Parts: sequence; structure tokens; C-alpha cells
Amino acid sequence: MYFGLSEEQQFFQNSIARFLENKTTVENIRQYARGDSEKFADEIHNGLIELGINNLMIPESYGGLGLDLLYATAVSESLGAYIAPVPYTGSYIMTPMAIMLAGSRDQKEKYLHAISNNEMHFGFGVTEYIAPRENAEIILNNKTASGRALFVMDGLNATHYILTTKSGTIFIINANDPNLQIVQLTTVDKTKDVSELILNSCQVEVLQKSVNDTSIIDKVIDAGRIMVAADSLGASQSMIDKSVNYSKERIQFGRVIGSFQAVKHMCAEMTANIQPCYSMVWYAAHCHDYIQEESRLMATHTKAHVSEVASFIAKTSTEVHGGMGFTDELGLHYWFKRIGLNRQILGGVVVNREEAATVQNF
Amino acid sequence: MNLDFGSEYDDFRDKVAGFCSSHKGVHLTGSLYGQYETIKRARSVSPNGETMSLIEWQQLLIENGYFARNIPKEYGGYGGELDIVKNVIINSEFNKAGIPSGTGGQGIDFLVPTLLEMGTEDQKKQYIKSALHLETIWCQGYSEPNAGSDLANLQTKGVLDGNEWVINGQKIWTSTAKYSQMMFCLVRTEPDMPKHKGISYLLIPMDSPGIKIRPLVDMTLDAGFNEVFFTDVRIPAKNIVGQRGEGWLVANKTLVHERGSLGDPERMITRLNLLIELMKNETLNGKRVIDHPVYRDRLMKIQGKTLALKAHGLRLLSGKINKTQNVNLGIMIVKLYGTEMRYELESLAIDILGELGTLYEQSPHIRDEGSWQYAFMYYLGLIIGGGTSQIQKNIISERGLGMPKAPKIKEV
Repeated sequence: MYFGLSEEQQFFQNSIARFLENKTTVENIRQYARGDSEKFADEIHNGLIELGINNLMIPESYGGLGLDLLYATAVSESLGAYIAPVPYTGSYIMTPMAIMLAGSRDQKEKYLHAISNNEMHFGFGVTEYIAPRENAEIILNNKTASGRALFVMDGLNATHYILTTKSGTIFIINANDPNLQIVQLTTVDKTKDVSELILNSCQVEVLQKSVNDTSIIDKVIDAGRIMVAADSLGASQSMIDKSVNYSKERIQFGRVIGSFQAVKHMCAEMTANIQPCYSMVWYAAHCHDYIQEESRLMATHTKAHVSEVASFIAKTSTEVHGGMGFTDELGLHYWFKRIGLNRQILGGVVVNREEAATVQNF
Repeated sequence: MNLDFGSEYDDFRDKVAGFCSSHKGVHLTGSLYGQYETIKRARSVSPNGETMSLIEWQQLLIENGYFARNIPKEYGGYGGELDIVKNVIINSEFNKAGIPSGTGGQGIDFLVPTLLEMGTEDQKKQYIKSALHLETIWCQGYSEPNAGSDLANLQTKGVLDGNEWVINGQKIWTSTAKYSQMMFCLVRTEPDMPKHKGISYLLIPMDSPGIKIRPLVDMTLDAGFNEVFFTDVRIPAKNIVGQRGEGWLVANKTLVHERGSLGDPERMITRLNLLIELMKNETLNGKRVIDHPVYRDRLMKIQGKTLALKAHGLRLLSGKINKTQNVNLGIMIVKLYGTEMRYELESLAIDILGELGTLYEQSPHIRDEGSWQYAFMYYLGLIIGGGTSQIQKNIISERGLGMPKAPKIKEV
């Protein structure tokens, strides 16, 4: 019996971290967030593609690595820890999984190879299925789709999008479709791309097996939720580490502030809350692949619980840094904002908890 | 990730399951602690099965290797090799069958491991077997009125007079003192040494002349604790574990055991399931409470935390089995996290009951024999006892995160 990341998974995780360590510096992130260095994100993206993040979930028969979700979770932790400004959960986890589970043989051949070769990039939008706002929805009609999709993730440089109807039918549209209007949204988190799509009779390719079977879109969303939770986990650990280090250096009243119990207890509380989250995220990923009966419950609860803990850490670690935590000088707020975005996407905490209750027939 | 224990354990699991099914519904009579409420509540089992005394049951479990499994035969244990997986299997099969596991207590949980590690051969022979077989009940004499969180400040005095220690002073928070024949006790024997180095670990017969016990009623209205007063109490000089002045070291070994035992995910899950049942059965304005969106959300919040703890339990177990896996920080947080969330769980139960949640003792309309209100208070006690939440946070930040200790203040 062994519970945790394997040596191989840790190795992969560390190699992602080592690559990002010197690149996603606060100064680089700041410039990118201001829109001053667009090439920066491409450079990071290309480096991570070389390490294989686009191939994790694609089976070997389609040119990928065919790894399990725990692998992808380990990677996501590192991306969150270094707030990597790249597409991941939508493009490289949810997309290949949706195509594998619901696509035809031809669709798999066509799309999975292309993702594996870095020739196609997918944005992913499921808000209309999970928790629609402004009554947005997309209606399919004879191979065309019309309507709106809000909060489409990972659309940066997308060649295609995967969207869903209200009832969970999954379909692909081409980003070059002349009847597609893309509206860039601006969130607090500038490291992640979010857009709105307005479709006016766009050509669609439906992933047939998802029609009248919501279990497929649920499975895909659950994988996404675990990834987002892992991203917040990594970001939270970074914020704790920064707080502990800062508290050992910053001097007030003639002593380092880390020697005051008020500060120590904040750090201890953050640690006490984050430790079980590691166990939970890893277990949720394991269940998603291997323990069907617990899979949905673990994914929804993990998204909700880790989001709550991450929000607590985002606030508390900012407070440990005092006034400097509030400034752009330290750039701590980039982690704060990443956690803030993660909390809301793929269903906020209340939406996920309600789903957890529904899964148990309460 | 591999959650299988391996097929080599299948036979063992079958054997344990067989034992459990042949004793399903066993009814245990007698109590070691009179009407001691918490113990009594923990023992309520189905009355359909066979009847035997607590002590007979304990012996049966030891004979079969389902209790005191790793303790050598010569000291009254089963004499099995240390195999954490087997212990886990025993626990889980007993839980599944709903039959009572062996009876622990402060002597078995804390004194026995200490003696095994630091006791003399004579002490091991004299004390371990009788403790395991519930012939001798032990209580723990650590805290004092002025030595709570600052335990090393304890002042109960021991002076060697010929072949005897003479003990004067007072202990507090002594659970089960009334029912105990022996106490393992921290006493200041070297007043001239620095405070951590002046303490010895002594073993005191509770029927010694000069001992007075005063029950201490807690907020649940149980007298679970006592104060114990010592006036010129004389015990043999050989009743010391470790050397003079080593008591702090000896005691710290057992505190590690104590803190690890709180926050057991199995118990949390059992309790959560009871709460879910309660929320399905209770109504508010004619509607099931569990359908009330705010209560429902609070329930799910607690369930999320419980599932995190369940997964965490698996990781800590893995850390025990795989020596190279470092889970130290994960272990340190368990007492803090487990007791705080259990309190939160109990308080939700009271909230969903509303006015009915305040009922207590044998009141009409009481739910689940008042166990929610009782546990709500009892777990506040556990947040404080065994190292308060604040002390836990000091430990996590100082030993876990390497943050500096507060500088000592010279004069207050």
C-alpha cells in the first residue's frame, strides 16, 4: 500500500517546477499582466509542451503518454505554485478526455493526434451546463449552433472550442468560423484567459456519445475540478511558504515577526488546513480513475473544500505580509487572484456542494 | 498510488471477519469506571448476542491477537510481529461488524508503551500484563493547577527518604482517578536543576496513605476528572521509570501517542452518518431539514472536511508503512484539525435541532439520548485537553515550519 505521488510523478512535478522557477518571476508575471510582453506566455507554453503537458491524457495509440489523472494532478500543483500563464485544465485535460469518452473513432484520430503534435489548441466552455448566468445557452439545430457561452477557459490562441448545451451534449466548433464572435473578458487573474463566445449558426461537430448521457460531461467536469483544486493547492502552498519566509526576515519591535504567536498561529492554521487538502486532491484523482463509486462525490467535495481552504490562505498569507502584502511591489496578489478565479470556475463552492448532496440522493 | 494491502493479507482478513461474525451482537457487562458516562456510551451494543464481561472479552481478544497484538507474550500480550496493516485490518473489520474492540485507557495507551521502551525488566513483568488484562487500572498524574500548557512547571515534590519517595503536592484533570489502583506521575525530584531536568516519572499506588481524591465536575455535568492531593505519600524508591531527572523525556514519548489518537477519521465518518440520518428525519416547517438549503450546505461543508480527513488518514497510514515517505507535518496537524472539526460537526447538529437542540439529560423530546449536546461540550474539552489548540499551533509553527520561539520575558 502506498498513498501519494509516486517517485515518477514527483520527478515530473519537479521538472515542471524547475522549468517555471526562473521564468515566472513576479517581474515577468507583472509585465505580462500589464500586456507588455505577449511572447512571455508563448515561451512558457512552448517549454511546457516540450515537457509534455499536452500529452498527459492522450492514449499512446494516439501519440500521447496515456498517464492517469494523478499524474496530471501533480503537474497542476506545480502550474499553480508558479502561477503559470498557460492553458491546461480545459485544453489538455478536459478536451482529450471528452473526445476519448464521447468522440467517434474518426474524431479521435483527427483531434487527438493534432493536440499531441501541438497543431490544435482547444478552449473549453461548460458554464451553460453547470451554472448558467444571464440565461445564456446554446441551442443545436441541424449541425449548427446558436447562442452564447460565457466564461470559456483556455481560449488563448485556440484553433477550436469544445462547448456544451444545457443538457450536456458536447460539441466542437472551429475558432475560424465566420459566424463566431469572440469577446475577450477581463478577470482579476491576468494569468488565465477567459472569453465569451457568441455563436450565430456556427458549424458544429457533435461528440455523439454525449447526447442523452450526462455521465460523460460530468466525468469530464469532475476531472477539471480536481485539476483546478490542485492548481489552487499549489498556489496556496506558495503563499504559505512566502509567508513563513517573510515572517523570519521582517523585524518589528526588535524581533522577527515570526516569533510573535499571532503570526505563528496564522501560519500554523494555514498549514493545518492545507495538509489534508493534499491527501484529498490525490485521493480524488485516484478515485476518478479507479474507484467509480466515490468518484463524483470526491471531485465535487474536493473542488469546494480546497477552494475554501485556498481562499482562507489567500487572505491570511496576505495579512502576514502586512501592508506590503497589499501592494503590487511583492506581487503576492497574483496568487491571491489565481485562487480567486479557481474558486469560481467549474462551479463555485455552493454549486459543488449542492451537487455533492444530489449525488448522494439527499 | 496503490491502496491495496496485497493478497497476502486476504487470509488474515478472512480470519478476522470470521471471528467478528461469530461474535456479532456480543453484549459486554460491567464497567471499569462505574457510571463514567463516555465509556458507557461507547459501549452500547446490540443486546441480541452472547453476554460476557469486559474483562473476559479483553482476554479473548488478546488470545486471538486482536488486542495487544505486538506486545510480547511474557508481558501478557499476543506476541505478534509488528505489522501495521494487520492492525488496520482488525480495526476495520471490527468497525464493519459493529463489535467492540479492546478496552484501552491511559495505562494501556500511554504507560505500557513507555514501560516497553524505558522500564526495567521487573517493571515490565509487574505492570504490563495486569494493565492489559484490566486487572490494574492506571491514571495519569501530569497536570497541576499551575502547570497546564506549561507542564514542565509542575511543582509536586518528591524527596528520597531512605528507601522511599515522599510525595507532597497536587494533580488536576486526573481522569478515572477514583477507579484506578495506580498512577503514573510526574514529580519534581531535583529542585536545583533547570525545570525540564528536575522531573522524575514515578509509579504510585492509589491506596497509599495520604492520597485524597476530589471529583471535578465538568460542563457536561460528568465527574470525569478529579483533583488528587498528596500529603507525605510514601512509595518504594524503585517505583521510578528511567533515571532521576529524566521524567520529562519519558513523558514526552507518551504524549506523542496521546495526540495521534485524536481525530480518527472512522469515528468522524460514523458520527457524520448519524448527523445525516438526523437531518433526514427532523423536519422544520414540515420540510425535511436536509432539504433546507442553508442547513444542507453546512452539512456538505462538514462532509467535505470529513472526506479530507479520511483521505488524510490513508496518507498517514502510508507514511507508517513506507518508512521513506515523510508525513511529519501531516501528523502534527491531526489533533488541532480533528478536534476543531468534530466540534463544528456537533454544533451543526444542535443548530439543525434549534430549540430541541438545547434539551439535555432525560428531557422529554430529547434526540439520540442527548448525545449531540453532550458531545458538543465534550469536544470543546478535547480542543483544550491533551495540548490546547494554541499549543498545537506553537508546535506546528516551531517544529513544523521552523519559526522561532518567542523570546523569554525576564520579569512580569
